[in-house]
Amino acid sequence: MVQILDLSAATQADLGSVAAIAKSAGVDFDDCYQCGKCSAGCPMAHEMDFLPRQVIRLLQLGQYQEALGAHTPWVCANCMVCSARCPQGVDIAAIMLSLRRAAKRAGLRPEKETDIFDDIFVGNIRRFGKSNEAVLAGMFNLKSGHLMQDVLNAPKMAVRGMIGPKLHSVHDKDAVRQLVDKCLAAEKAKGQAAQSGGEVSPS
Amino acid sequence: MSRIGVFICHCGSNIAGTVDVARVVEAARSFPNVVVADDNKYTCSDPGQQSIKEAIVEYNLDRIVIASCSPRMHELTFRKMLKDTSINPYMLEIANIREQCSWVHKDIEAGTVKAIDLVKMATAKVDKDTPLFTTTIPINKRALVIGGGIAGMQAALDIADAGYPVTIVEAEPSLGGKMVMLDKTFPTMDCSACICTPKMADVGSHPNITVKTLSEVEQVSGYVGNFEVTIREKAKYVDYATCTGCGLCETKCPTKVASEFDQGLGQRKAIYKPFAQAVPSKPTIDAAHCRKLTSDKCGVCEKLCPTKAINFADEDKLTTETYGAIVVAIGYKLIDWGALYGEYGGGRYSDVISGLQFERLVNASGPTEGHITRPSDGTEPKTVAIIKCVGSRDPEKGRSYCSRACCMYGAKHAHQYLDKVPDGRCYVFYMDVRTPGKGYDEFYMNTQHDGAVYLRGRVSKIFEQGGKLICKGEDTLIGKQVEVAADMVVLETAMVPADAADRLGSMLGVTRDKDLWLSEAHPKLRPVETNSGGIYLAGTCQGPKDIPDSVAQASAAAMKVAILFSKDELESNAMIAGSDASLCNGCGACVNICPYSAITLEEVTRRENSRMVTRQVSRVNPGLCQGCGACTVACKPGAMDLKGFSDEQIMKEVEALCQW
Repeated sequence: MVQILDLSAATQADLGSVAAIAKSAGVDFDDCYQCGKCSAGCPMAHEMDFLPRQVIRLLQLGQYQEALGAHTPWVCANCMVCSARCPQGVDIAAIMLSLRRAAKRAGLRPEKETDIFDDIFVGNIRRFGKSNEAVLAGMFNLKSGHLMQDVLNAPKMAVRGMIGPKLHSVHDKDAVRQLVDKCLAAEKAKGQAAQSGGEVSPS
Repeated sequence: MSRIGVFICHCGSNIAGTVDVARVVEAARSFPNVVVADDNKYTCSDPGQQSIKEAIVEYNLDRIVIASCSPRMHELTFRKMLKDTSINPYMLEIANIREQCSWVHKDIEAGTVKAIDLVKMATAKVDKDTPLFTTTIPINKRALVIGGGIAGMQAALDIADAGYPVTIVEAEPSLGGKMVMLDKTFPTMDCSACICTPKMADVGSHPNITVKTLSEVEQVSGYVGNFEVTIREKAKYVDYATCTGCGLCETKCPTKVASEFDQGLGQRKAIYKPFAQAVPSKPTIDAAHCRKLTSDKCGVCEKLCPTKAINFADEDKLTTETYGAIVVAIGYKLIDWGALYGEYGGGRYSDVISGLQFERLVNASGPTEGHITRPSDGTEPKTVAIIKCVGSRDPEKGRSYCSRACCMYGAKHAHQYLDKVPDGRCYVFYMDVRTPGKGYDEFYMNTQHDGAVYLRGRVSKIFEQGGKLICKGEDTLIGKQVEVAADMVVLETAMVPADAADRLGSMLGVTRDKDLWLSEAHPKLRPVETNSGGIYLAGTCQGPKDIPDSVAQASAAAMKVAILFSKDELESNAMIAGSDASLCNGCGACVNICPYSAITLEEVTRRENSRMVTRQVSRVNPGLCQGCGACTVACKPGAMDLKGFSDEQIMKEVEALCQW
């Protein structure tokens, strides 16, 4: 069944949230021609519920909740091909990131595993100052429950020196940790404001 | 003591709605030297003008202020009115209390106070007005047309048919421009050569037209009615007076070069005529590739020529002539898509071709004699993808505008392909289909009925796989990624300004817009004139156009030339700059800043401090000066003044605003 989209039902709060996404991504949704060049070249499009162009269309129409619940931003690999090829210079990859963060703050995570991966990745940076593939893969398998996923790749990665017994870290781990903590605290504060119903900027 | 009359217009409710006119009249009566102040519902109407004329006689006025709409609207009307009175037409000031006051304000109090201020300033300025007089400039009734494409040829033919001599300067070896390269023309599908080559022949044989091919404009000086133009006629190495155009030389020339006319898809010789119907129908030698001229070997054409027309010692010829008007019709070039579109292969794939290359492929006298074949292997493509807006509507690659003709020639290419390859498949990728023109949309719909599949979406990437060119796109109407495995891809590329636009624009004092097209004087009301008097635009040098629009603009430009030539003399602009030789220190700042090259330095000998002194001072050419005022700002010693806008007048306005 084809659903009817009631365009006039977009609330002022929805429009405000759409504007906040635009601001945080540094884009103007009205720049988009809807030409589809972004979606034509997207390597992850086959896994998406909406094509990147359609996500922008939802935002153009003020359909914030629909865009926030979309899987597309969580499937996006941030390869930036869309942003590089857009004739209007719209940074589509940045929109995807902004939407993902706004969704997480709203307590939504359409793709649970992407969220788990994100958290582990940030945690990794916080601990070591950089990502350790072995820790990342191991923890992801534990938390996601796919215990044996990609295990067969481990020997090959070890041979190429991509993983090893020694954990990599940066020179000044504490400085990086302070940075990450600061960002996380800011994000958390915004999340709480969002929960209490206030209109917030996702940036 | 001057005797000033002030007339305030209501403009119906346009002014009176926001400005208390009675208060403005009352205030005006108190300004110095104002003898009479009055108001009128419509000052520009006949009764309004009549009442001013009567007041001039009754109060013996010697100058007037009219507070009304913008001077751009009615200053000329009121100047004409003053011609019938005792007052010089330039003893008039307009206070703009409509566009710059009533229309932009809602508050009656603030609007009225501002209107009084504006009238006050105009009254102070008019007090210092002096009578100005126009002079006459003789008109040289010969026209120069730069560019021999369809627009240039049409303009030249029309001017010549009106009875005036015309010279066409064409950079290529033949007339015809881009149009003669096309196969058929939309939407009627008449053969381009069949309608273009007769025009070329008409131009070539017209008694009033001189054609200079392989030539360019080297230098332009002078002004409307009197342009001194130096033309460089490049060496052709063939004496056109003796050459009969038999073509024997061409058959024996051993050097083969990629043909510019066939867009690199075919070959030509080093001595060549670009195409069979070229006008003039005589060959030229390409000096860069001729063996005789590059390494002093060969010379076979010279030996063969039955009329001994080959002259390897030929040199460029410079001629200087005077013209009264210039029509610029230098056309466009196609965007260099290879440098910009790496995602479309950047020119790596020989079967990704431009629309103009497709025109040559499908043309019966083209390199394949009209058989549509792939440039790479000569096979017939069974699937063709046509991609529109390549370079157009793509600000990230530098061009935000729509090239206007591509939707139609894209549809034409699809139609032509399906006509010649009935079992072929054709996919057209588009963003929007724009078909505003007589019979245009019907043509597009017919192309869909021919079997062309229109896909709304821009292609993201083209890559080669298994001998096919894979075009990745999205059909945005169903919201799915699509792929077309094409044998050949045609890119409908953007029109961009011709290379010569830069040099000619600055030489002729014609400005260029943000996309570097030559600018018309007004986008709606003066679409063929430029800001430089006597210089007109025709065709795509002003912006992307199709053939009907180019021809229409060319005829319009020709008409403007004919109007100019219908008079023997031209009235000059009275409000021009003038230099006071006693103040001028000859620094030359005005010469450098003048956009119309109207100022020169000249040596004068004059008596200063009781002795004769010879020094440089600036002199304004009244025919060239357009009264822009740039020189008056640049002049440090204050020698340069704009008549009607003198420093003294402007200072009086400021004083009135600050002190009265």
